[in-house]
Amino acid sequence: MFRTALRNVLAHKARLLMTVLAVMLGVAFVSGTLVFTNTISDAYRKSSAKGFDHVDVAVTPGSGRRSDSPDEDPELTEKLRASAEKAPGAAFATGVVEGFTAIADKHGKLLGGGFRSQGGNYWGSKDPRYPLRDGHPPRGADEVAIDAGTAGRAGYHVGDRIRMSVDGPVRKPVVAGIFTTDDGNVAAGGSLALFDTATAQKLFHKEGRYDEIDVEAAPGTSQTELLDALGRALPEGTVDTTTGRQLADDQARSIASSMDSMRTSLLAFAGIALFVGVFIIANTFTMLVAQRTKELALLRAVGASRRQVTRSVLLEALVVGAVAAVTGLLAGIGIGAGMRSLVASLDTATVPSGPLVVSPGTVATALAVGIVVTVLAAWLPGRRAAKIPPVAAMSSVHARPTTRSLVLRNTIGALFSAAGTLLVLAGTRMAGDSGKPVVGLGAAVLVIGVFVLTPLLSRPLIAAAAPLLRVFGVAGRLARQNSVRNPRRTAATASALMIGLTLITGLTVIAGSAQQAIDRMAVSALQADYVVSMANYNGLSPDVARTIAATGGVTASSPMSDAPARVGSSRHFLTGVDGHDIGRLTDLPVSDGSFRVSGPDVVVDDQTAHDQGWRAGDSLKVTYEDGKAGRLTVAGVYHGNDMIRGILVDDATLRPHQSDPTDTQVLVKTAHGPQGSVKDALERALGNNPAILVQDKQDISAGISKTFTLMLNMLYGLLAMAVVVAVLGVVNTLAMSVFERSQEIGMLRAIGLDRSAVKRMVRLESVVISLFGGVLGVGLGVFFGWAAGKLIGSRIDTYELVVPWARMAVFLVMAAVVGVLAAMWPARRAARLNMLNAIHAE
Amino acid sequence: MTTTPIAGRATVVAARATELTKVYGQGETQVVALDHVSVDFRAAEFTAIMGPSGSGKSTLMHCVAGLDDFSSGSVRIGDTELGTLKDRQLTRLRRDKIGFIFQAFNLLPTLTAQENITLPMDIAGRKPDKQWLEEVVGMLGLGDRLAHRPSQLSGGQQQRVAVARALASRPEIIFGDEPTGNLDSRAGAEVLGFLRNSVRQLGQTVVMVTHDPVAAAYADRVVFLADGRIVDELHGPTADAVLDRMRMLPGGTGAPHGRGQAAAHRTV
Repeated sequence: MFRTALRNVLAHKARLLMTVLAVMLGVAFVSGTLVFTNTISDAYRKSSAKGFDHVDVAVTPGSGRRSDSPDEDPELTEKLRASAEKAPGAAFATGVVEGFTAIADKHGKLLGGGFRSQGGNYWGSKDPRYPLRDGHPPRGADEVAIDAGTAGRAGYHVGDRIRMSVDGPVRKPVVAGIFTTDDGNVAAGGSLALFDTATAQKLFHKEGRYDEIDVEAAPGTSQTELLDALGRALPEGTVDTTTGRQLADDQARSIASSMDSMRTSLLAFAGIALFVGVFIIANTFTMLVAQRTKELALLRAVGASRRQVTRSVLLEALVVGAVAAVTGLLAGIGIGAGMRSLVASLDTATVPSGPLVVSPGTVATALAVGIVVTVLAAWLPGRRAAKIPPVAAMSSVHARPTTRSLVLRNTIGALFSAAGTLLVLAGTRMAGDSGKPVVGLGAAVLVIGVFVLTPLLSRPLIAAAAPLLRVFGVAGRLARQNSVRNPRRTAATASALMIGLTLITGLTVIAGSAQQAIDRMAVSALQADYVVSMANYNGLSPDVARTIAATGGVTASSPMSDAPARVGSSRHFLTGVDGHDIGRLTDLPVSDGSFRVSGPDVVVDDQTAHDQGWRAGDSLKVTYEDGKAGRLTVAGVYHGNDMIRGILVDDATLRPHQSDPTDTQVLVKTAHGPQGSVKDALERALGNNPAILVQDKQDISAGISKTFTLMLNMLYGLLAMAVVVAVLGVVNTLAMSVFERSQEIGMLRAIGLDRSAVKRMVRLESVVISLFGGVLGVGLGVFFGWAAGKLIGSRIDTYELVVPWARMAVFLVMAAVVGVLAAMWPARRAARLNMLNAIHAE
Repeated sequence: MTTTPIAGRATVVAARATELTKVYGQGETQVVALDHVSVDFRAAEFTAIMGPSGSGKSTLMHCVAGLDDFSSGSVRIGDTELGTLKDRQLTRLRRDKIGFIFQAFNLLPTLTAQENITLPMDIAGRKPDKQWLEEVVGMLGLGDRLAHRPSQLSGGQQQRVAVARALASRPEIIFGDEPTGNLDSRAGAEVLGFLRNSVRQLGQTVVMVTHDPVAAAYADRVVFLADGRIVDELHGPTADAVLDRMRMLPGGTGAPHGRGQAAAHRTV
């Protein structure tokens, strides 16, 4: 039996090649994902372990203490460090100081991207954490050491003067040294600047204090022994101590969990590709069984049992699955390597280098997935093969596709579709998070329902295309009729495409709508031309607001600062603004009272007002953070948005009570709107400071949408995989149709249909099936996009459904192109068909 | 409609094969399917081609009908020489000048009887001649079956639809490949009767391949093939006469089967 199965595999190479390809793609995706994530997390784990090489025990401020009052902050002082160093078993203790430090490249642009622009201290004369590659350790306020990666990117060398900023003013120290480091942030593309300890403490406003004390054990002392010793040596309850190994483990765990979510989403896409592949496999084997009806019947006639027939089909599937799994695994290793170098080449993230990890688990998963999926998909066709009666060996007709009634199927499909739709609709009415799983479940059920219903849907939908097809004359008419001839097969083929397009369309709708919401958020609320903030969105020195106000061309400006306070019975953040200018910088619709921020008059956003039951004219009792009490009057209620919400208070009223005078951002309006020259003037006035961002509205929305676009493009790439698999499915179905209809095609050729018309007929059938899948997919996608938008919309109030019609049209055109491409080979085969054989096919 | 005397149109040749040779394969495995066959098919005549299986009768029909290419010689349909035609031109020739009736009916299951009948015209993009269509449909008794699909028709009805399809475009010549092979004798007789009527009443030219002497008896003339050559010919045949001739053929009943055997080469 095995030999028969093997022979069959070899006899239908071309057909099975497609199946192999479909399975292979899925397996490649799965194993590629596993290889990639394993490799990356392994590399991170190794590098993080290296990063803690010099830390045997880390001492950090006690976490159990209150931290709202700066006076009571547990302090890691020099005294504490010295006593840690003197603890038995300790070799020496390094005091660590950290903070935000922006370095500019030669054009004044920020290096390291804001959140990864780090600064720290170089400990002593030889810091084991940072081996110097060039130069000497930084000494004094005028010297700095920078990491080799940043130096290389910006082209800085020892002796260069560089521009940098810690909290506002621009500094121009000399590069004293260039060091290498395993620091995870730097490995991920960040920058690190080191000062001598005293300078670092001064710059980061931590004079005499450390953020962390790293203690290295003397030879022969274990980390736990040192931990115990330190526990005894240091004042109890004020500090936390953790071993380096523990830190490394924690970090490894957090890396693993962050890789986990990425792995899960990648595997989900692989799953989709495989799911689509199942249809193709099932179709292929159905076709092979149909083609071999006579042969199988003969086997039955000469005495093969039903089980033997089924087994021979399954064996065939096993061989195909094994071949596909092995090639898929190999391709997957390639994909994993490719993905790693792709990620490494992005300048936003650098991945630590390490060997490609192909774990036994990956190999096992790939093989199991490939083989199991193939054999399962071949199960039904295999059973159908067993049902071929021996007498079929004598009859001359091919096994006709079963004309079992679709009533049961349609009923189930209708029920599922209805339930899914209802669930989705119900989910969109629920509040944010609780609606998510409901919509998700509904979407899954609806997809399954539509899936089951596709044979029923194929007739009316394809009939709708009839007027278009009529243009192509007989070929068009025949194509239409052929495409509804075997509704099950058409449905299975179209479904594969449908799934891919549903996801692509859904994502596009969501992304498009979100994009518009973001644009609106930035545009609708703001009259300001520029928003000035720190690159890492930390506090901005009040000097910045003063400098901006004094810059030529600026007609209005207002800093925005936050201050906690108790208002009425609950805690709120008061937002300090320039009461005089704020009205010209924002365009906030007022629903109650008037927009007046001056003295005790404040405005409140509608959400807060609604929650608290405040109205225009209400007087509020306030306790500021410095403990002083006062009264504020609600002058008006405005419609808040994501950029501006809360209680807006005049600076003059708020400033005297603020403990932290820094601003979150400064809104700026200029005489001639957003123009390059004014932006330049602003940047010049701020000293071309790399730490300060001057953004116009477009910059703000572009900054947000960049992440979006990147994500969307990645997803498109992944989904393309599912579409490729779907194309293979269309090819398969057409090949099957052409085969089954060879007699008809032969007759048509005989009575005068020329080759190009035959080709056109097959091509049109393909296009019709593809478009059918495309229309279903786009329809479902828009619906899901809408539903997901409802959930998002409950949180972002500028969110509104945007259906990118042009894109949808492009998707449908793409579906048609898929159809044309998929028809290439089957159409050629149909046109080349030997008429005489076809006529006499018996 | 008057019966046209056969003799009156004898000079008009609808199709002619001259020294037609068809060879399959090469060297050792070479098989000569047609060996310098020359034959005329006269207009408004019903010709049957007979011969034992393997005699080349189907091959001859395929070559003359432009379905198959040939190794040497010449084939003309009317004034057109087939040997020099490209596939596209051959297709057009079949579409416009030739009608076909197949053993397995070969109707499109998705089309109604009416649509099947007009299919060749649809392919050509021509409007069918309504009056003619009605006449053909009326003659074949298909008037109440036009909206049916092939699966709703009996075998005989299906073959009548196929005959109507062949007649509908008024081709210069109709080729039938065992048109009654899949029919019971009553339905077969019916179809053959229609074919004969189309010759007698409508002046249609019909060439039919068959191995059934009863079917051949409906023809005006029977051409006998054996081993790729024309070996005999019979005018105004009866079933018995055909059967007698068949017995005498090489490869026929009782005769030794083999190729390369000497046989009369007759030009008709």
